[in-house]
Amino acid sequence: MRLLTHNILSSNIKGVTNGFPLGIEVEKVVEKQVEINHDFLRNIFPKIDWKAFSDASKIMGYVELPEESPEPSVLDSDLDFLRKFHHALLELHLEEGALVCPQTGRKFPVNKGIPNMLLHEDEV
Amino acid sequence: MKLKQLECLLGHLQQFSNPKVELEQYPTGPHIASRLLYTAENSFDDISNKVVADFGCGCGTLGAAAALLGAEQVIGIDIDSQSLGIASMNAENLELDIDFVQCDISNLGWRGQIVDTVVMNPPFGTRKKGADIDFLFVALKVASEAVYSLHKTSTRDHVKRAALRDLNASSAEVLCELRFDVPQLYKFHKKKEVDIAVDLWRFVPKRSRGENINVGVRCPLD
Repeated sequence: MRLLTHNILSSNIKGVTNGFPLGIEVEKVVEKQVEINHDFLRNIFPKIDWKAFSDASKIMGYVELPEESPEPSVLDSDLDFLRKFHHALLELHLEEGALVCPQTGRKFPVNKGIPNMLLHEDEV
Repeated sequence: MKLKQLECLLGHLQQFSNPKVELEQYPTGPHIASRLLYTAENSFDDISNKVVADFGCGCGTLGAAAALLGAEQVIGIDIDSQSLGIASMNAENLELDIDFVQCDISNLGWRGQIVDTVVMNPPFGTRKKGADIDFLFVALKVASEAVYSLHKTSTRDHVKRAALRDLNASSAEVLCELRFDVPQLYKFHKKKEVDIAVDLWRFVPKRSRGENINVGVRCPLD
């Protein structure tokens, strides 16, 4: 599971009012290189919740991202930033571990890169 | 990539080994899958460089097709771990980078407008009534640009009404009618193979600019 997906998923347990962002417990992170697409990164940047993304990347072991969301103009000029953005967003995979509901602490296991978000009967 | 090439690659994907009738697990054949994605890309530019979600991905055929046609990121969602295992393997065999999530579509916790396009071959609702509309409800909340979906031709009027009146679609168009070849998968199937007429739909969600959805999606029919 990449951080792009993590930036989308939230807890949907009954009664939870703010299930985003999910906490992350890391057991195994895998890096897989993919070709960088600058236009894609520029388009997706405004849609990313930066704090959730930056925090998550640190938990995954990558500390190069700025904590504050950078000015959008940075995307036009700073290739180094784009590379880091690309790497954290698309090349880091949580292979084994868990996603954690921020409100209840309930863990959603991640195995072979696939998070299991199925709810129990009493959570629906 | 040419249509024939895409169809050929998809023909090599592994399908359900133990299909579950209660989930209406039927493989999306390479003929239909290639045409769905090819149309989405060539007529509407909805696939390449986009974030695409495959709802009820099963063994991952539609998601794989999206990745082969240049989707930047593909996310496959399904409730069944066995299917996801096969989907994972299919993606790996084609060297495609697809994220999979195990989830019940009616309980999807989802944020924001990151997904551009949803592609899906949802259950038709023969086992769980209304399942096809449940899927459409979620898809129209998640997609920021378009939803491509397959529904039985016999449900055409019902689907159109539901989409425009209840599910906040700004448009609902049948792109073409296709034959969905259903092989003899289950014990109750009497014929060796049966053709079902299905419509390939394109739905566009109504979305006001700047709206940030925080979707704790619950289906209205629950």
